[in-house]
Amino acid sequence: MTTATPRSGPKPAPPPGRPAPPAAARDGAAKARPRFDAEPMTGAQSLVRSLEEVGCEVVFGIPGGTILPAYDPLLDSTKVRHVLVRHEQGAGHAATGYAQATGKVGVCMATSGPGATNLVTPIADAHMDSIPIVAITGQQSRPLIGTDAFQEADITGITMPITKHNMLVTDAAGIPRAIMEAFHLASTGRPGPVLVDIPKDVLQEATTFTWPPEMQLPGYRPTTRPHGKQIREAAKLINAAQQPVLYVGGGILKAEASDELLRLAELTNIPVVTTLMARGAFPDSHVQHVGMPGMHGTVAAVAAMQRSDLLIALGSRFDDRVTGQLGSFAPHAKVVHADIDPAEISKNRRADVPIVGDAKEVIVELIDALTGERAAHPPVDLTDWWAQLDHLRTTYPLGYDWPSDGSLSPQYVIERIGAIAGPDALYAAGVGQHQMWAAQFVKYEKPRSWINSGGLGTMGFAVPAAMGAKMARPEAIVWCIDGDGCFQMTNQELATCAIEGIPIKVAIINNGNLGMVRQWQNLFYGQRYSQTDLGTHKHRIPDFKLLAEAMGCVGLRAESKEEVDRVIHQAMEIDDQTVVIDFVVGADAQVWPMVAAGTGNDEIMAARNIRPLFDGDELAADVDEVSAVTSKAQEASAES
Amino acid sequence: MTERHTLSVLVEDKPGVLARVSGLFSRRGFNIASLAVGPTEHPDISRMTIVVDVDDFPLEQVTKQLNKLIHVIKIVELEPAASVQREVLLVKVRADAGVRSQVLEVVDLFRAKAVDVSPEALTIEATGTAEKIAALLKNLEPYGIREMVQSGTIAVGRGPRSITATAVR
Repeated sequence: MTTATPRSGPKPAPPPGRPAPPAAARDGAAKARPRFDAEPMTGAQSLVRSLEEVGCEVVFGIPGGTILPAYDPLLDSTKVRHVLVRHEQGAGHAATGYAQATGKVGVCMATSGPGATNLVTPIADAHMDSIPIVAITGQQSRPLIGTDAFQEADITGITMPITKHNMLVTDAAGIPRAIMEAFHLASTGRPGPVLVDIPKDVLQEATTFTWPPEMQLPGYRPTTRPHGKQIREAAKLINAAQQPVLYVGGGILKAEASDELLRLAELTNIPVVTTLMARGAFPDSHVQHVGMPGMHGTVAAVAAMQRSDLLIALGSRFDDRVTGQLGSFAPHAKVVHADIDPAEISKNRRADVPIVGDAKEVIVELIDALTGERAAHPPVDLTDWWAQLDHLRTTYPLGYDWPSDGSLSPQYVIERIGAIAGPDALYAAGVGQHQMWAAQFVKYEKPRSWINSGGLGTMGFAVPAAMGAKMARPEAIVWCIDGDGCFQMTNQELATCAIEGIPIKVAIINNGNLGMVRQWQNLFYGQRYSQTDLGTHKHRIPDFKLLAEAMGCVGLRAESKEEVDRVIHQAMEIDDQTVVIDFVVGADAQVWPMVAAGTGNDEIMAARNIRPLFDGDELAADVDEVSAVTSKAQEASAES
Repeated sequence: MTERHTLSVLVEDKPGVLARVSGLFSRRGFNIASLAVGPTEHPDISRMTIVVDVDDFPLEQVTKQLNKLIHVIKIVELEPAASVQREVLLVKVRADAGVRSQVLEVVDLFRAKAVDVSPEALTIEATGTAEKIAALLKNLEPYGIREMVQSGTIAVGRGPRSITATAVR
């Protein structure tokens, strides 16, 4: 492994165990002689050849002035398929969806200037969620760089803070190495986006192609192998903990460590919470799964962390949406924090036992150490701990009320999609209420079945991401659960889906509003609904059914409970066309539970003003709060 | 309590590496007290000496975040007691015939050098720790400082060991 020789010099690091490195890289490490020795060609041909060699199957992109030379040899490639998107943002999110569905590197391509800047949002998104993508951008020719030439943008400068790394290739001979390094950097260690900017005249330049190139990354040595002493220390704490919680993050999915996690959980009987980025890393149906933690997590998951005496954080990063107010987060817990990125450890919450390493290797070694530890010292009986959590999860299960105005419940729609499409389908979501409901009411059993924008919270993520996921796993059913606000940001990619033959299923949870913003206005801004009504209910603009048809897709609509199952089944039966369903749902449904921004997790509300953890006596508190709310509501209606 | 820390950062000599490092400091909210960059005995490696005012805990974040930059090869914190730290000062002091000898006396006391003379002014070059430079300036101030320029701190560990030797093979 890379860590075995931590200070290896400037030579290609051996490829990591996962994600699977390009076959070419493996062969290259084994053989001294290059497989392709100095074939004459242009920089552009060298780029396409490099993409083929590195194992790239799909590129999402749009041609334009400076990247044009690359599109010429791309026409002849039998290994790389190009998907012509309608907006570069779609290319970036599609690459992300592709990567999230498989763990392989997603690739997007754009021209210089506006093409490149349109990639900024998806690159930032991939950076926040540690998704391996490579963005290839054209750049103005070398003599024009720095002159404010047509369609010139300093995209390496612009994306410096939102990429894992980026590079400007200054001569054609450097193209193979740049591509190989980009894929290596994107997919190893903590994954992330890498941008390769190539000037037009470099693409046009005559060069020779040699593969494999020699990587020169002397400053890049990710640690994957955990430190034995830290593992033993962690095992001791875990074995002695009275109220431990496995706090599981997206790192488990990236490390393909779900099976190992299941073994660890079942060995120890410790409750598991899966963050938004980790949904599917541990089966929802498993008795030890107590739900998603955080702002819209289950009461049991939030309470488990608040009352815990030991958090075992695996590939998670103590994000503010999980911790709430940091000062009152899990006040009694010691922390074992394992992550491949040392900078995440003790960034937000000090770790008592820091472990740097790949989640899979960490868990395997933890299981070993724990087996020994348990033989020497009988583990703590967790019956009391489970009794507390079981009480909470039976008292405050996830649930929802039907809208009082008789409109369709958005949660019901999402629940039914999950039930009918089942755990083998993939689910991509946008950002907002529908995303939270999709995280809550679809039951995830398998890794990489949930694709969403967690860290950046990018509205408009879902349609292109679902498209990318479908390209990656054509055999799978891919549902895009989107909001009417999100959908209107990136639905141009429906045309791409229709023309390129990428049949996804889009469920628009159409509440006529920017729902999550409206929810906050309802709760925190005195019900003053400023700029959140999109008119999709009032004016039916756009008519999503007609829009779908105009884009070459099948358009369906459901407005009542009775229609829901019928249209979902109808969509499930269409496998050769993209289907868009306009689910017209009530505008007033809200996402619960909720920890209001800036408050502590103890103030989690199971529903409006019901704070199960706030007072010692849960039930008494509930009754008081409910009656207070009810009487307030009655007063209000009497006045109006 | 914030404390002054001196970091020696070995970086690949690539375009934009200074922007990567300085950009990281600003976006993560860390303050740079001084920064000096120059070549090393290895043609492909530059060395930055960065002085930061932070607590121990954020310092750990600074170094961890810096280490994530692909072009950063190695980071070493140099303790003041175990290292030699120097700044260079060039200062133009008002010094006509009446006070020139007094100014030169101060220059001698600080083992500084007069590097340029004109009828109204003296330009003085001084090398030393930040404290020595500050003391010299304090003594020159009464005569009138017309212009001054100062380098960032550079530093090297005491003893025979080399931080570059282990970083590059």
